[in-house]
Amino acid sequence: MSKVPTDLKYTRTHEWLRTLPDGIVEVGITDHAQHALGDLVFVEVPEAGRTVSLGEPFAVVESVKAASDVYAPVSGEVIEGNPTLAGAPETLNSDPYGDGWLARLRLTGTPAPLLSAAEYEKLTAEEAD
Amino acid sequence: MGRRTPLFAIHESAGARIVEFGGWDMPLHYGSLLAEHHAVRRSAGIFDVSHMCIVDLEGAQTRPLLRTLFANDVGKLTIPGKALYGCLLNERGGVIDDLIVYYLGEQWFRAVVNAGTRDKDLEWIRRHAAAFGVKVTERTDLAMLAVQGPEAREQVASLLTRVGAERALALEAFFGAEIDGWFVSRTGYTGEEGFEVMLPAAQAQSLWRALTAAGVAPCGLGARDTLRLEAGMNLYGHDMDEHTSPLESGLAWTVVMSPGRAFIGREALEAQRARGVERKLVGLVLQERGVLRAHQRVIAPGAGEGEITSGTYSPTLERSIALARVPAPALGPVQVEVRGKLLDARVVKPPFVRHGKSLIG
Repeated sequence: MSKVPTDLKYTRTHEWLRTLPDGIVEVGITDHAQHALGDLVFVEVPEAGRTVSLGEPFAVVESVKAASDVYAPVSGEVIEGNPTLAGAPETLNSDPYGDGWLARLRLTGTPAPLLSAAEYEKLTAEEAD
Repeated sequence: MGRRTPLFAIHESAGARIVEFGGWDMPLHYGSLLAEHHAVRRSAGIFDVSHMCIVDLEGAQTRPLLRTLFANDVGKLTIPGKALYGCLLNERGGVIDDLIVYYLGEQWFRAVVNAGTRDKDLEWIRRHAAAFGVKVTERTDLAMLAVQGPEAREQVASLLTRVGAERALALEAFFGAEIDGWFVSRTGYTGEEGFEVMLPAAQAQSLWRALTAAGVAPCGLGARDTLRLEAGMNLYGHDMDEHTSPLESGLAWTVVMSPGRAFIGREALEAQRARGVERKLVGLVLQERGVLRAHQRVIAPGAGEGEITSGTYSPTLERSIALARVPAPALGPVQVEVRGKLLDARVVKPPFVRHGKSLIG
C-alpha cells in the first residue's frame, strides 16, 4: 500500500505539495507515482528563476523504460530545483516525500483545487480497480 | 486480455507488473528492473519466454526448404543440436523476422520465432513448406524458460540427473540437446552464459519454482530489453523490420551469399550491395546525463541524419546507450535531439557489455 502523509496536499496527476513558511511550497511526486514508474534513472528539475504555470510540464522523471512529465501543481516562480536528484535519481524512489522533493516554488496565484490525503487515497484506490 | 503462458499465475502471485507484449500478457518486472538486470550480470536470472513461437519442421526436404527461406546458410548445420541465428527475408530483402534454427536430425529442424510475428511467420513458412512436403507444427505443448547469468548453467544442471548435468555442462555455445526430457540449449539474449530450456508446459511451474527457490531471480521483459541492448542484440520491429534489410541492420554476418545459394531476398540484397548500402545500424553512447529513446533524431556531422531504433539507460554502464540507424559514413561524435535539446553522443560498435564487462572504452 502506498504511503500518503496526511500533512500534505495532492493533485489528481500524482504530485504532492508541502507548504513552507513565506508563501513557498515544496513539490514532488507521490509514493504511488514513483512505484508506478519503477526504478528512476534520470530526473530533470526546473532551474531557479523559471516561472511556471499551473498544469505546465515543469520536470521530467525517467525510468529505465520511459520518460514522464511532471505537471506544475501551482503557478509560481522556481526558487530551487532539488540538486541531489541529478546524481542520485533513485532518491525519488526511496524517499518521495522527503529528500526526493523536486522543486520549491514561490506562489504567484492561487493553487488549483487540491486533494486532501484521504481524497487522494480514494483516487488511487479507484485507479487500481 | 492477451494470451497467457503456463507461468502467468506464478507471475501474478509474485506481484509482477503485467504488460501486453506481442499479444501476450507478460511480466514487465517483479518490483525492480534494475535489480533483475544486475542479477543476470552478477549471478543468475530466469525469464519466461514461453510467448515465443516454437515451430518444428519435419520431412526429407526440410533442409532445401530452409535453404530457400533462411538467409543464413543451413549448410553450417551438420552436427545434431547445432543452432543458427538468421533472418527470413521477403523478396525485397526486408526482414520478415529473425529466428534461431536448431538442427535436430536430417528430417527434423526446429525454429524459434518472435511472439509478435507468429501469425505472419507461420503463414509464410507454411506457404513455402507445401511445395517441399514439409510438415509444420507449432509446439504449443512446450513452454520455454531462459536461465541466464554466470551461475545459470550450474543452477539448471543441479536439477538434472547426474548424466544429464554432465551432458548439459558439456554443451558448446550455440548447441542444444534433448536432456532428461527437456530440450536444453546454450543460447540466450542477454550477453551472458546460460541455457534456454524448452519443456512440456505442465512442467514449467515446477522448474520455475525450483530455480527461484535456489536463488535465481525472476526477471521480466524490462530487464530482458536492457540486457539485450547492452549485448548489442537487435529487437525485431524496433531495430529492423520488413522495410529494412539485414545489411542496414547490423546483420550482414547472418547472410551467406556464397555462389549457387538461392534464397528469397538474395537478389534484392545483391542489388543493394551493388548500389552501396546507404545506412547502417550502430551503437551510441550518450556523453551527457539523460536517456536515449527510440525515434529520437541523430545528427551526424558531415554525414546526415538518422534515428534511434532502441534506447535505454544501461544499468551496467550507468549511462544511456542506443542502437541507431545512421548514414553509412557516420562515425565518432554525433548529437541526439532529446526534448528539443542537442546532446552529445558517440558512435561505437556494439556490443556494449559482454559477460558482465564493459566493452566501451
